[in-house]
Amino acid sequence: MRRDYLNWAIGVVGVALLLVVPNVTDQFQTFMFAQVAAYAVAVVGLNILTGYSGQISLGNGAFMAIGSYTTALLTARAGWPVYLTIPVGGLLAGLVGLLVGIPALRLRGIYLALATFALALSVTPVLNNYDKFTGGHLGVGFKAVTPPFDIPLSNEQWLYFLGWIVFFLLFVPAWLLLRGRTGRAWMAVRDSETAAAANGIGLAYYKTLAFGISALYAGVAGSLLVIDFAYVNPDSYNLNLSLQLLVAMVIGGLANIWGPLFGALLVVWLPYVAEKAVNSKPDLAFGALLIVVVFLAPNGIAGLLRRGLLTLRGRRQEASQTTGALEATPAEADQIAT
Amino acid sequence: MIGTRRVAALLAAGSMALLACGSQQANNSPTKTDPGITSNQILLGGIFPASGTASAYYSIPKGMTAYFDYVNKEKGGVNGRQIKFDVLDDAYSPANTPAKARQLAEEDKVFLDFGQLGTPTNLAVRDYWNSQQIPQLFVSTGSDHWGKDYSQYPWTLGWQLNYGSEARMYAAYILQNEPNDKIGILYQNDDYGTDYVNGLKAGLGGKADSMIVGTATYNAGDPTNMSSQVAKLKATGADTFYVVTTPAYAASAVVNAITSGWKPKFYMNAVANPTSVWKQVSTQLGGSSSAMDGMISAVYLKDPLDTTKWGSDAGVQLFKTIMQKYGGDLASPPCDATGADGFCVFGMAVAYTMVDVLKKAGSNLTRKNVMDIAAKGLKETDNPLTLPGITIQTTATDHFPIAQGQLEKWNKDHWEPFGSIISGRGA
Repeated sequence: MRRDYLNWAIGVVGVALLLVVPNVTDQFQTFMFAQVAAYAVAVVGLNILTGYSGQISLGNGAFMAIGSYTTALLTARAGWPVYLTIPVGGLLAGLVGLLVGIPALRLRGIYLALATFALALSVTPVLNNYDKFTGGHLGVGFKAVTPPFDIPLSNEQWLYFLGWIVFFLLFVPAWLLLRGRTGRAWMAVRDSETAAAANGIGLAYYKTLAFGISALYAGVAGSLLVIDFAYVNPDSYNLNLSLQLLVAMVIGGLANIWGPLFGALLVVWLPYVAEKAVNSKPDLAFGALLIVVVFLAPNGIAGLLRRGLLTLRGRRQEASQTTGALEATPAEADQIAT
Repeated sequence: MIGTRRVAALLAAGSMALLACGSQQANNSPTKTDPGITSNQILLGGIFPASGTASAYYSIPKGMTAYFDYVNKEKGGVNGRQIKFDVLDDAYSPANTPAKARQLAEEDKVFLDFGQLGTPTNLAVRDYWNSQQIPQLFVSTGSDHWGKDYSQYPWTLGWQLNYGSEARMYAAYILQNEPNDKIGILYQNDDYGTDYVNGLKAGLGGKADSMIVGTATYNAGDPTNMSSQVAKLKATGADTFYVVTTPAYAASAVVNAITSGWKPKFYMNAVANPTSVWKQVSTQLGGSSSAMDGMISAVYLKDPLDTTKWGSDAGVQLFKTIMQKYGGDLASPPCDATGADGFCVFGMAVAYTMVDVLKKAGSNLTRKNVMDIAAKGLKETDNPLTLPGITIQTTATDHFPIAQGQLEKWNKDHWEPFGSIISGRGA
């Protein structure tokens, strides 16, 4: 019960912060926070698949590409209103995710990682190959969205609110799913498939479902990103994107409901900070900062913060009890990071 | 708890104060200007891959920065203003570029985007720069788009010899010297490949259909073995092989063409003409490497490594002096005073044109004026690093700054420029 109060408190503070941010940031910063929303949706999805149901995916960037191209092609070629393309992109990606989930049933751990790795690698060549349909190397551009109904917002602010509204529309059901029957089933599958099966949990159903939902979230995230950029190109979906999602999930806090927010913040803003720190070698600084975060917060930023909060309230014992149940164990986190 | 709250409040107050300062900046300079210009500074921005697989291109902004430093310290800047160049990293990923462009425009408030690298990355923000009416000037990519799409995107302009113009140079040479050639073409199946193929066809004009006897393609990312494509072209009876690929594919294509006994005349697109590539292929071929001799490619910049030709050239001397003096902490091998790194030379050459345009703009330092000069009124004949005889030129109807170059022939272990400067300008 107390955990619920804490979550509600974090939620209220979070919403308040989100309303303040676009009013105190410049256009560029607002735009960056709009991207955070898109990445956060993608990481929530990946967290369901990898953090909660224990299936490592290096390929969620591929599902994002499906969402992005659905939005770009429907908007640019078929003249669809851009907002309508978001659910379509999500559903298409989700469908593909379900299909990928079926063969994935036979693969576990590192083998699943390799198979999804191939998925991530194939995106750019496939998009380039069907260039008549995808626009190939040139990509697809469309008119940047502007606020509807003359809402007095800048374009960046509108992108920001659009992103975060969609985030909440997807975050709440994810939260409900994870704290209910389905979430418990996923965690049981993650912790021991044998034990889960013995308790009457349908492995195939839950594992495939996780893939489908995860892909749906990735697809929506892809749609959001492409709406931010008003342009998409095969090179945007390189392996790096899928790896970034994984980094965001682990650093934010594996199998922690708030983790994706911190992870997405980091993935969007850390390169910026790193570049300010070491101008000509930003990747070096990015790597160094990453290592620091992983060492200081093996349970991710969300885990670190919660432990801090609980320690502040002098409830160390409770902290050690709850982290064990609802977060990935450090051993599991290691397995994913390596 | 109270401590934490106080710190938070202080931080918030501090950041508000900073924001307030930022918005109060007044411009008292008498000249006509736009954001990015103050009475003593011109702020340019650029986006290049400092990290990732394409980071070799990062030598370009190093060459540029060295030249700006030289102009600032030894020439007193441009009309009394020092040039500052902010370079951001997009790791050559179009997913990163949009945020970087906004950072330059909205946070750093640069005057213009200079020399931005890469075709997909430039395309990713072309709409943005044009909607903001901020010049996306002298982009570092050879795509025909920048010049071709000028009427639709009047704030975007290229600089280097574009693919189509280079192809027309080969066509001009072929028509004049080898009018009976039967040409087989291998090209990358994308925009870059088709720019080269369309350029050749346009250059050959009415004879294109009869002279081009076969084409073969591959996709970027395919395995580099080109043996089946080469076999296909050989079977068409072609005696000339026009290679439009990146270096790894080009090496495979040439090796296969020679070892299969075809031994055609080679035309190699400049994208794949670094000397190091062909030295390696030559070693690989051993005894039969002589079949590569006479392979033709195109060049428009001086090569500082070619000391017999450029050893005493004033432009190359200037490059070396500047790199020694101002390359300092920027330059790491291969971007150093030797000129072994062509990207470094390239960077300094573009920076020269940039300074030239800023000088011409004089006291009318607006984005519009600078863009007009660059895209419609450029006529530079004294760039220290382009080949003598090349004019960097734009007019009201022609927006390809460099559409000329010289052909070069492969000879054992190096390229030898020959003949005069050829124009590849479109009709």
